[in-house]
Amino acid sequence: MSASLTGPAPGHDAKAAPAARPVARSLLVMPSVLVLLAWMIVPLAMTLWFSVRQYNLLDPSIHGFAGIDNYTYLVTDPDFWASLENTLILLVAVLVITVCLGTLLAVLFNQPFPGRNVARVLAISPFFVMPTVAALIWKNLLMHPIYGVLGVVAHAFGVPPVDWFAHYPLFSVIAIVSWEWLPFALLILLTAVQSLDTDQLEAARMDGAGSIAQFFFITLPHLSRAISVVIMIETIFLLSVFAEIFVTTAGGPGNATTNLAFLIYSRALLQFDVGGASAGGMVAILLANIVAFFLVRTVARRLET
Amino acid sequence: MATLTLRNIKKAYGAAEVIKGIDLDIEDREFVVFVGPSGCGKSTLLRMIAGLEPITSGDLSIDGKRVNEVGPADRGLAMVFQSYALYPHMTVAQNMGFALRLAKVPKAERDAKVAEAARILQLGPYLERRPKDLSGGQRQRVAIGRAIVRAPKVFLFDEPLSNLDAALRGQTRIEIAKLHEELAVTMIYVTHDQIEAMTLADKIVVLQAGRIEQVGSPLELYHHPANIFVAGFIGSPRMNMLPVAVDGVSAAGVSVRLPSGVALTIPCSGAGLSAGSALTLGIRPEALRPDENGPIAGTVKLVERLGGLTLLHVETEGIEDMIVQLEGLSLVDLHQQVRFSADGAALHLFDQAGQALPALARHSLVA
Ligand SMILES: Nc1ncnc2c1ncn2[C@@H]1O[C@H](COP(=O)(O)OP(=O)(O)OP(=O)(O)O)[C@@H](O)[C@H]1O
Ligand SMILES: [Mg+2]
Repeated sequence: MSASLTGPAPGHDAKAAPAARPVARSLLVMPSVLVLLAWMIVPLAMTLWFSVRQYNLLDPSIHGFAGIDNYTYLVTDPDFWASLENTLILLVAVLVITVCLGTLLAVLFNQPFPGRNVARVLAISPFFVMPTVAALIWKNLLMHPIYGVLGVVAHAFGVPPVDWFAHYPLFSVIAIVSWEWLPFALLILLTAVQSLDTDQLEAARMDGAGSIAQFFFITLPHLSRAISVVIMIETIFLLSVFAEIFVTTAGGPGNATTNLAFLIYSRALLQFDVGGASAGGMVAILLANIVAFFLVRTVARRLET
Repeated sequence: MATLTLRNIKKAYGAAEVIKGIDLDIEDREFVVFVGPSGCGKSTLLRMIAGLEPITSGDLSIDGKRVNEVGPADRGLAMVFQSYALYPHMTVAQNMGFALRLAKVPKAERDAKVAEAARILQLGPYLERRPKDLSGGQRQRVAIGRAIVRAPKVFLFDEPLSNLDAALRGQTRIEIAKLHEELAVTMIYVTHDQIEAMTLADKIVVLQAGRIEQVGSPLELYHHPANIFVAGFIGSPRMNMLPVAVDGVSAAGVSVRLPSGVALTIPCSGAGLSAGSALTLGIRPEALRPDENGPIAGTVKLVERLGGLTLLHVETEGIEDMIVQLEGLSLVDLHQQVRFSADGAALHLFDQAGQALPALARHSLVA
């Protein structure tokens, strides 16, 4: 590095400079490493600690070591398994919807048609609406059985309006979250489609590929990296969907839309059971790590080819 | 069997007319090369033949059947792209077999055809590799292999060698010539490269600004260019152009006066020329020979010694940079006065519209 440019000072031990460097380097990066470590390790350690404590905000007199009681209570709670299931259903459903629709829209928006730029901006704009607002719009303006647009449409056709959040609660949440994440998928996939070499498509046309064959044999393989990136990033965020549920259904009816994030919230701040919530938090960390492990591995393998 | 006929083919992008009416006949098994300056429409014309670009007007027929509206896959053509356009996620074998796979050819037959193409192109060891693990020359061969496998009637090449280095280009050029011989198919080839055009072509089509300037065999274009553009385009270094004035017309040809005042007689038919009218004299650099009594005199301004050849840049009356190409190592020095003569049959006269005056005798190698 710069050592070769400046060279050691005359009479100075030539070996001293390189040897001192790693130390100096680690000293210099130390502050940021420490901050990051504290940022992650402290909450993690505290969560771990609370998860083995009896700790209820309503009754400070009950305290002490709980062992694995919080965990046994958690896994024997049917709400927990329901929330795990809801988390995964939400994750998979939103991924499938956004990736499939996003791919189709990306290919569509790559075709020339009048007003394409305006259409692109419109299609991408939901991404800039914050989750609480998006959820409120869907809840009150679109899906509300009386005031909502869907209700009015149903009414116009003489069909009884559907009370979406009462009858199809999880589906409704999935619809909202998909609406929010579709633009993200579209944006990433559109740039990927645009980077496809048109010569390849033309070569495929010469080889006898129609539009559908071109899509499956050329475009889709070309998009596979971008799709894995979309899946990876969305997964990270979809495991912790909260605002949409909080604003629309508050986890209900019953536990129909309670995911892990919402379950932890309700344990901690509705039932004031910090110990139980922390145990839930540990499970969430575990789940995220399992998913991340498989995901990062497959995505990394894809990215390197 | 494949003959192509182009009749008044035109292409317009909006108001801009890019191809302005092309008439061309391509015989079976002919090797046709399109040359022309950048932007003249070579690729566009080739892509129209391929079916990748709709034809604005005119008729394109293959084997006498009009194919303007036939899709690219159904014209029985295969194209090799300049960028190769290999499918990056498929192996070499899959790349070559893709067209057959789409055509639902059974796997065994497909594999046999791919293996045969791989044998011709010596790609056997690479069949399971992806394009990114191949060298440029190997990718080029895969692109050609992908065309061969389909057993097309006509091969189209769009500057297939321009991404290769000089040595590989020479080698691949020879391979393409062999391939043409071996497969006995019609080939249409677009290039910028003089040597490729001259060595490969049965017929060269010189294009400029969307029009055909001349069609002919390489030697015909070299010895009897139809106009100044073709004369300047074919041959390297470029033909030297001198302004001359007509002295008189006789049975031996047209007598002209060089800017230096020297008279020369060129065996061209000078019908309709009157004394004093201005013409352009074209002299190929390789047609000039040092000659102490030669008619053309000048001062050497620059000497380029290429080993086997020597290029002299000579300043003479009427032309500042006349290039003379001499065989072997010439001992001419800078600033030396030199005189040259040229064989009359190697001189060309062009009228003011740029059209060549017809030579009285055709070159012996050009029928
Ligand atoms: N899509 C298009 N819209 C408008 N003009 C175009 C389009 N495609 C090509 N052209 C024009 O058509 C002309 C011919 O293009 P073409 O690619 O055929 O040239 P070329 O002879 O192959 O040149 P090169 O030797 O540089 O490859 C160019 O002037 C180009 O600007
Ligand atoms: Mg071109």
